[in-house]
Amino acid sequence: MSRVQLALVIDLNVCVGCHACVTSCKEWNTAGAAGPLSDLDPYGADPHGTFLNRVQTFEVGEFPHTQTVHFPKSCLHCEDPPCVPVCPTGASYKRESDGIVLVDYDKCIGCKYCAWACPYGARELDANQKVMKKCTLCVDRIYDTTMAEADRKPACVLACPTSARIFGDIHDPHSDASCAIHENGGYALMPEWATQPANHYLPRRTTRIRIHQDELVRADNPLRVEGHLPKPAEGASTLDDATTW
Amino acid sequence: MRPALSVLLLTTLIGAGQGLFLALFTVQSYALLGLLPRTEESVFLGAGSAIALALLVAGLVASFFHLGRPERAWRSAGQWRTSWLSREVIVLPAFMGVVALYGLAHGFALNPLLTTLPQGLAIDASVVLGMLGTLLAFALFVCTAMIYACLRFLAEWHSPLTLVNYILLGGASGFTLAAGLAGLAAPRLVAFLAGWAIVITVLAAIGRLASLWRNARLKPLSTIQSAIGIKHPKVVQKSQGFMGGSFNTQEFFHGTSAGRLRAVKHAFVVLTFVVPVVLLLAGRDLASAPLLLAAFIVQYAGLLAERWFFFAQANHPQNIYYQAVS
Repeated sequence: MSRVQLALVIDLNVCVGCHACVTSCKEWNTAGAAGPLSDLDPYGADPHGTFLNRVQTFEVGEFPHTQTVHFPKSCLHCEDPPCVPVCPTGASYKRESDGIVLVDYDKCIGCKYCAWACPYGARELDANQKVMKKCTLCVDRIYDTTMAEADRKPACVLACPTSARIFGDIHDPHSDASCAIHENGGYALMPEWATQPANHYLPRRTTRIRIHQDELVRADNPLRVEGHLPKPAEGASTLDDATTW
Repeated sequence: MRPALSVLLLTTLIGAGQGLFLALFTVQSYALLGLLPRTEESVFLGAGSAIALALLVAGLVASFFHLGRPERAWRSAGQWRTSWLSREVIVLPAFMGVVALYGLAHGFALNPLLTTLPQGLAIDASVVLGMLGTLLAFALFVCTAMIYACLRFLAEWHSPLTLVNYILLGGASGFTLAAGLAGLAAPRLVAFLAGWAIVITVLAAIGRLASLWRNARLKPLSTIQSAIGIKHPKVVQKSQGFMGGSFNTQEFFHGTSAGRLRAVKHAFVVLTFVVPVVLLLAGRDLASAPLLLAAFIVQYAGLLAERWFFFAQANHPQNIYYQAVS
């Protein structure tokens, strides 16, 4: 098990399904040194694309008691990744240093066996390059010291307008990602296969505000009147002059 | 899963090649132990080995069409410690080499006597090569089958029956082909080889029907609830996130109707097992090479359908995520 395990924690409670993470992922990863994420016939009748991140939409419940759940899906960077041992060339590997599961595009022979071995469908064969592609957690961003510190995050995290994507080390119990998992009931997908996904999802949560009657009226208001507080005369000393609080 | 022609050809062709080699060495072993009349069958064994080798080469060539980057195929031997595909890539050429040497030993009489056992058994080079080839043939069956059987997400494949069936189906087609070749070149072996072909075909039918019975009763472990982690009895996908095509919507869906799937299943049971057994029985009793060769051709066509069904029937859990376009 790697000492550091970088991962995404995706908050289904706030994801609005805007696909900004999809387009920013595609934009960043199609422009990198590894070559484009190929699209075939992109403006034609039957387009075919390679993406590392997708946002899907599910409806939960029976009408009228339904909720629409937007569900971003990318490689989960499993702690026990089933796609890695089946690779015949060693092109698929999991980094010791930070737990990211990567494909060496120069070694991949495009046999698709790793995709068969992934229960989540997280890998897509590049239609032109004919090698297997997958989420890299923007490994070419997060360690790039020429970027401002705030930019050293996966493109999808930076693009998310609702902060539904939290990036961090889930083996560090004090990281934002770990706290988000522990405090909000974060869970892993398809636990039945014991792949131990590093990416976690935060469930829908009901947020309630309990307001007591005495909170609506200021109990310490001497005049019992809202909005008409005594105003010191012009030039008179106020409490702020007498104390530093 | 989407059946790929390259993989259908690879697995059926090398299966027949392995089976044919096993049939040839069975003939030699029986003759060596005096269970078959000792005759000069070297030409038959040599020519048979050449045909087995041709089947193996054809399978290997077909496999290259499965690769996105075939020019890098040599890299695939690297991860034999963990990958059954890598092990297959190593065992297949090793087996081809032994089959070639075995064929040369018989065909060109390059067969020096190595030792004579106390019981008077003459152990020549072809016996040693034959035993080595038998070991490698079974190792190759294990590697090929384990490529599929080791994937625990694909419940239809993740069973010892996958291993049993790869061995028996490859063996059946190889022995049937051997019977056909004997009909052409060594008529005295027809009854022996056709008999074995019938026995193995019947065993293969039992194994394959058992896996059909098992697979029809499988309950998927993954559900849409576990896939997205929302524990509500009613969850429906409204959008998979894109309206065009993708690798995920093409590679993992066979794209044919349930009716056609059923038709292929019935076709492969008839073509792989029923018709070949009838033709083998008739060919054996009439000592007719055309009937025996027809048995192989029909059985091979049946095996292509069987392998197509093997892939199409496997239901990948990732398909849960790709149920509705929008």
